[in-house]
Amino acid sequence: MTDTAIVEEVFRREHGRAVAVLIRAFGDIDAAEEAVQDAFAVAVERWPRDGAPPAPAGWIIRTAHNRAIDRLRRDAVFQRKQAELALLDQSDEAFEEDAVPDDRLRLIFTCCHPALAPTARVALTLRLLGGLTTPEIARAFLVSESTMAQRLVRAKAKIRYAHIPYRVPEPEELPDRLSAVLAVLYLIYNEGYLSAGGNEASRPDLANEALRLVGVLEELMPDEAEIWGLRASMLLSESRRPARFGPDGELVPLSEQDRSRWDRALVTAGQRLVRRCLLRDRPGPYQIQAAIAAVHSDAPIAADTDWNQILALYDQLMAHTPSPVVALNRAVAIAEVRGPEAALAVIDPLHLDGYYLFHAVRGDLLERLGSKPEAREAHRRAAELTVNPAERRLLERKLSRLTT
Amino acid sequence: MPKYQLTIYQPDGDPPPPEALEPVMAELHALNREMQEAGAWVFAAGLHPPETATVVSVRGGEVLLTDGPYIEGKEHIGGFTMIEAPDLDAALQWASRMARILDPLPIEVRPVNE
Repeated sequence: MTDTAIVEEVFRREHGRAVAVLIRAFGDIDAAEEAVQDAFAVAVERWPRDGAPPAPAGWIIRTAHNRAIDRLRRDAVFQRKQAELALLDQSDEAFEEDAVPDDRLRLIFTCCHPALAPTARVALTLRLLGGLTTPEIARAFLVSESTMAQRLVRAKAKIRYAHIPYRVPEPEELPDRLSAVLAVLYLIYNEGYLSAGGNEASRPDLANEALRLVGVLEELMPDEAEIWGLRASMLLSESRRPARFGPDGELVPLSEQDRSRWDRALVTAGQRLVRRCLLRDRPGPYQIQAAIAAVHSDAPIAADTDWNQILALYDQLMAHTPSPVVALNRAVAIAEVRGPEAALAVIDPLHLDGYYLFHAVRGDLLERLGSKPEAREAHRRAAELTVNPAERRLLERKLSRLTT
Repeated sequence: MPKYQLTIYQPDGDPPPPEALEPVMAELHALNREMQEAGAWVFAAGLHPPETATVVSVRGGEVLLTDGPYIEGKEHIGGFTMIEAPDLDAALQWASRMARILDPLPIEVRPVNE
């Protein structure tokens, strides 16, 4: 790996941790972000020349910390706060990589605070913990860069001026605060699983980050079945990663994946968690989604899939979270149990015209019904609506199959 | 310590009958006392109805007086409580208790710029 590539990799992996540590040290998100950016700018310049340091992440955190102190020293306001600076200097040793295991957890509870708008929570978490750039997040949310930049600025200003705390909530507040965090982690995982941010088909780093954070949450709240459910969903999805992309980088649908390539260890870990959820018998949306993934994992070949059970689980999921996207996924199960016509009748009234998967599912159903021109139109619309290269390649393949 | 203004918005028109209002005011009074004992209370005020308001503005160098509230609407500020709290969570906890007492009136929590 070149040293520039190492900088990029360290950036992705360690941005969240570095920012989280610096926020704790300086109590200010912008100062922390700036310092971490400074540190990476130095790394880009120095590592290719001098070689990467043996512990790159620790180097970044230490450099960012020193840069932040330099900035504060130059800042006239802080001239008067020399005493505080002395304290910061003393705490230098606390910035060693392993001394601060829970900083990202604090940061995620701040980013997912219920006083922030839901869209801002996801954006902040991806920006600060995931290290995504503002343009990447803007693309993921289908809004302009300036809108997203403004959203982030406003959210950070609210955290600062309203004093949204930087801490893990008290035990009695935790359950309420948890669902907001789970929703954000779920979205981050999805971005890692199948990227909507452009250029890359998937972002394994984000997927791993979501898995890691959900693991930390589970440690903190070991008795919360919805956390098990979310982690199980992630593990089972992750188990398919080796089979999800074809030789040309195209997405391979679940029904066509070579299941011998699935990661058995991840399947086993996911299924074990799903069994724990079943024993607990207090299903919530994440547990039901995990159960659906587990039914898929049970089938050695696609033809063995128990679609009746999957449909029953989707019925249950619809009762919990009756959203058009859930209805769309349920329609895929309906197509297997009752045929494509029944599924088409379910999805046509859904208001999902701007969602590529709506058109992709419609295209598949229409193809199965033999309506080639309509199927082509639907796939073309789906291809227009996604920037994910693997999805595009899959849709293009379908389109070329339909034109011959 | 940060300060927050908890603003109560209430619908215009006659207040609820005394038998409904009195227990609410008693609970609110108790909450104010509790805030004082906790060192969170800075000050509080209930306002007369919006039609008692006068808006003062300057137009072309002249001071202009207008009868009634500045913002037309069916709801206006009915009162506010200024509190001190270590962070937003603590402020929101006080506000939640106030909102339960005044249900269905909303409470707006805004940090004071200091």
